[in-house]
Amino acid sequence: MDDARRLTREDAAYVARLARLELTEEELDTYADQLAAVLEHAAQVAALDTGGVVPTAHPLPLENVLRPDEPRPSLDRDEVLAAAPAVEDRRFRVPRVLGESP
Amino acid sequence: MTTGAAGAWAGASAIATEVRSGGRSAASVVEEHLAAIAVLDGELHAFLTVLADQARADAAAVDAAVAAGEDPGPLAGVPVALKDNLCTRGVPTTCSSRILEHWRPPYDATVVGRLRAAGAVVVGKTNLDEFAMGSSTENSAFGPTRNPYDLARVPGGSSGGSAVAVAAGLAALALGSDTGGSIRQPASFCGVVGMKPTYGTVSRYGLVAFASSLDQIGPFARSVADAALLHDVVAGHDPMDSTSLDRPAPATAAAAAGEGVEGLRIGLLAEFVEDVDPSVAGAVRAGAEALAAAGASVEEVSVPQLHFGLPAYYLIAPAEASSNLARYDGVRYGLRVDAPDVEAMNRATREAGFGPEVKRRIMLGTYALSAGYYDAYYGQAQKVRTLIIAAFDDAYRRFDALIGATAPSTAFPIGAKVDDPLQMYLSDVCTIPSNLAGHPAMSVPFGADAGGLPIGVQVLAPALGEATMLRVAGALEVAAPALAAPALAAPGAGATR
Repeated sequence: MDDARRLTREDAAYVARLARLELTEEELDTYADQLAAVLEHAAQVAALDTGGVVPTAHPLPLENVLRPDEPRPSLDRDEVLAAAPAVEDRRFRVPRVLGESP
Repeated sequence: MTTGAAGAWAGASAIATEVRSGGRSAASVVEEHLAAIAVLDGELHAFLTVLADQARADAAAVDAAVAAGEDPGPLAGVPVALKDNLCTRGVPTTCSSRILEHWRPPYDATVVGRLRAAGAVVVGKTNLDEFAMGSSTENSAFGPTRNPYDLARVPGGSSGGSAVAVAAGLAALALGSDTGGSIRQPASFCGVVGMKPTYGTVSRYGLVAFASSLDQIGPFARSVADAALLHDVVAGHDPMDSTSLDRPAPATAAAAAGEGVEGLRIGLLAEFVEDVDPSVAGAVRAGAEALAAAGASVEEVSVPQLHFGLPAYYLIAPAEASSNLARYDGVRYGLRVDAPDVEAMNRATREAGFGPEVKRRIMLGTYALSAGYYDAYYGQAQKVRTLIIAAFDDAYRRFDALIGATAPSTAFPIGAKVDDPLQMYLSDVCTIPSNLAGHPAMSVPFGADAGGLPIGVQVLAPALGEATMLRVAGALEVAAPALAAPALAAPGAGATR
């Protein structure tokens, strides 16, 4: 990693797009500065010699958990759909996914 | 206040014993607590939702069971508060976020079902930093919670509402969640006991996810014994959580009942004494002396790898959060802000629904996971996590438990750190390593600073070392200097401490 590299406003805009956040111009400026400060602190981790160290993703050794494939009650469909912002024909309704941009 | 009712200040064990024996009605217990909430919570703002009607109905059911000769359970009639990131069926569960403001979950968290089965009475849902991201409960979309010892100061966070509910006598017990110290740090700031159990011992089913490899649910109480009582009720294997340990959780109540610390080897963590406020360091050293006087062998130990816990955590936790919070897309539940196409709808919804700290962590996590930076940040942080676990393992070859500060300071003023995220993050420096390792740790009140603000001493133990941890905590509790009741608290406050 290049130590001189500092997170820019353009980086922040790119990350916001990846994260589906429609940030304001002011937010982009603020977050670029704040993230750069946190990443500078994190650089002490990036600089450590970890040759041969195995990464830990989880405190427990995770294994697949299996159960018999038997029918059993699930969440109530009407109760679940009642929490949705928009519903049609007992399904979630969303705006257009494909097609021309407006 | 002069109602003379010390009842609202009674501990959970005492309440359950009286209610089970018919000596006192659950209805009277819940009325006392609802009255205290009505008088005090306007200023404290510990609660986002008070479940008065439901609590009265649950208490009546407990009383009916007792009258019928049945045993309602070990928490019979005990008022419990729930952090508002624990799902309650049909009852708002907001995570202090606009994006979930009107959401009513279609199911109960496993811990909620276990509480009810044990006879507990849920009195309400408590305030938190949005999605549990924060150390002061100031990052709530619904306003901050105030510290009952000084209303101008924060209660800590993220489980600040739960800590205050117990500290001020609005509930006998509360559940919180601890991802980087979110139970222990507010417990320290509010003068109560707070415990983060071993990862996997308490089901996370129905706990709204923040950082799944770090999140654990745990108890707040006004005594070590009451914390153990609540933990034993909610702990245990749950098939609904794939990370739930498939083995019996260590029973802690018996250990807390006073085996003492004779013969235990306890390490005083140099890193958690050196870089903290002098008043906090003094309390930790006094705690160490008290343990030695009680028969433990206490020795200072340095574990320098702990310094890397904070920077590693602030890469790992946001990375997991950015992934977990992708689910808030305006499709299935929660807020939707309309837009012509689905991606614009996702973006507008998330911009309107998330507060500044949540956006900051999503940005940080997305960056740490993005192409070109993954190895340098996230991958490297995961390796540091391995180094920290190995360093703890090494220390636990020589010690049965470790002690240190819970937080580097006592409660700080509201507004003091909101504009400087890194300074806010530093208040978790002593609590984060236990989350990275998946180990149990707890905070026990041990005196106050010159201004009367509570100080917590932290006890750390290896995985599934809860029994030993509770023995040490119990010994600290016995030796702790008297702590004055909060300035703002339920009637009878101070009667028992």
